[in-house]
Amino acid sequence: MHKRAYTGLYIVIAVLAVLPFVLPNSFYVDLAIRMAINAIIVLGLNLLIGFAGQISLGHAGFLGIGAYASAVLPSHFGWNPVLAMLAGALATGALAALVARPIFKLKGNYLAMATLGLGIIINITVRNEAQWTGGPDGMPVPAFGLFGFELTSDKHWYWVVAALLTVSVWASLNLIDSPFGRALRALHGSEVASRVVGVDVVRYKVAIFVLSAVFASLMGSITAHYVGFVTPNLADFFHSIELVTMVVIGGMASVYGSLIGAVLLTALPQALATFEGWETVAFGAILMVCMIFLPKGLVPTLAAKFGKGD
Amino acid sequence: MLAQLLQFLFSGITVGATYALAALGFTLIYNASNVINFAQGEFIMLGGMLAVLFTQAGLPLPAALLLAVLVPAVVGVLIEKLAIEPVKGAETVTLIIITIGASLVIRGLVQVFLGKNTHSLPAFSGDTPIEILGATLMPQSLWVLGVTAVVVVVLWYFFNRTLTGKAMLATSFNRVAAELVGINTNGVLFMSFAMSAALGAMGGILITPITLTSYDVGIMLGLKGFVAAVLGGLGNGLGAVVGGLLVGVLEAMGAGYLSSAYKDAIPFALILFILFFMPRGLFGAKVTDRV
Repeated sequence: MHKRAYTGLYIVIAVLAVLPFVLPNSFYVDLAIRMAINAIIVLGLNLLIGFAGQISLGHAGFLGIGAYASAVLPSHFGWNPVLAMLAGALATGALAALVARPIFKLKGNYLAMATLGLGIIINITVRNEAQWTGGPDGMPVPAFGLFGFELTSDKHWYWVVAALLTVSVWASLNLIDSPFGRALRALHGSEVASRVVGVDVVRYKVAIFVLSAVFASLMGSITAHYVGFVTPNLADFFHSIELVTMVVIGGMASVYGSLIGAVLLTALPQALATFEGWETVAFGAILMVCMIFLPKGLVPTLAAKFGKGD
Repeated sequence: MLAQLLQFLFSGITVGATYALAALGFTLIYNASNVINFAQGEFIMLGGMLAVLFTQAGLPLPAALLLAVLVPAVVGVLIEKLAIEPVKGAETVTLIIITIGASLVIRGLVQVFLGKNTHSLPAFSGDTPIEILGATLMPQSLWVLGVTAVVVVVLWYFFNRTLTGKAMLATSFNRVAAELVGINTNGVLFMSFAMSAALGAMGGILITPITLTSYDVGIMLGLKGFVAAVLGGLGNGLGAVVGGLLVGVLEAMGAGYLSSAYKDAIPFALILFILFFMPRGLFGAKVTDRV
């Protein structure tokens, strides 16, 4: 299992290393960057949904906190972008912990409700506080600089994001095999049984929820700096759904499934753009068909079919 | 002072009745299958949009309204047959995504065939406001409240006095036990989708003369219906109605006295607050896990 898991990591590294040399133009580089950013968020979300069995329908809200921290703090208060990014992550973590503690004593649908509510409140706040956030029109984000070196070109961004993705995949694989990961899987399997063997269920759930929220916030900051502009759409309900869909279509509790899901669903809107007016119908229909025929997601279903574990 | 308070109360109860109908829809499907149907809001939208379409096509009002309830009910049944029944027993999140997919399909189709414009429906019995203690009440509000009240009474009768209703209740208590005593639980699931789609559509039709409608009103209305259902304790019919009215009234009060810009955030702030202190909603049953 260990060996096979790392084979996947080497493939990811190889693909990421070769990709920029085979992509025909900057449109595809841009697409690859956005896929990688989504993949990192989805890795975190999959730890929550796939491994711990909890649902968040408000993750785009956390993304939004990170993005707007990186937009508002440097523009209005002259903060260093790195500091702003960390402040966003810290605020997100604190908020997630505050909300999670009472909620995680509940089950599935109530958490879905609470996270959904939180996400919507964040989105409405961002839309309304126009003097800080530019309201529905959004606002520009200053360039990201570190030690006097400014990230501007797509190529630079590509390598930064590719490195982050590699580290995230490696960290996720290790986390799953750690005692923490085993505890998570145990509580997905049976909460009562894991409590019996001494797993502090609520603490683990809160920890993984906070971790995935902080992941989302950091990537929100990265997105904001990369695109150079933020709008409230980044934090809306539909984006939360997109992220959850990436997890489920790729495959719950599958690290590589997260990557596949992120790649496919980031590309899908581009592919559907030719359907003029029918995009929403097509997107919805594809979601339904995937879930009806592959309820466990692509990677686990295919892995089961060809007889290999993931 | 009093007039203003009454005014907010009237508009709150009116909108709240729509939330209550949506929340009842969530409750019915949840009880039959444990599915949170995120397409519920689209039934509200469909009801309003189809009522507009059929009346503009020249159908007499009663026929148009009847069709605008029946068509969404058929859509609900189709979703159940094609997308929910085949994956029975799948994970909650899989089911959530299927219903969200269904809602996108419905919204997308309406957008393609009926356009993105906002539509209104003439009020059923005129626009002459009724004055009560200085506040005004639109006759349409009486329609909304009247129909909602009738629906609640009919549902109560259905669940407590008819065999089909009792079968549905039995299924919600314990699916396996219900099957063992010969209840057709697939039939129950079928019924619950038809009924909740029809309930949502009714709410959508009734409220359209007051709030207008367009292809995208379903998202917020549906989510607020979900808030109402959770507020009342997910799965509790009476709770759903009380939850709906409460969400409507608090939203109207908050918009009136605090901030109209944050009107849409109020139900969600409310539910977070409630879940903090009353984790099972106002009337949720205490559940014990069987190992």
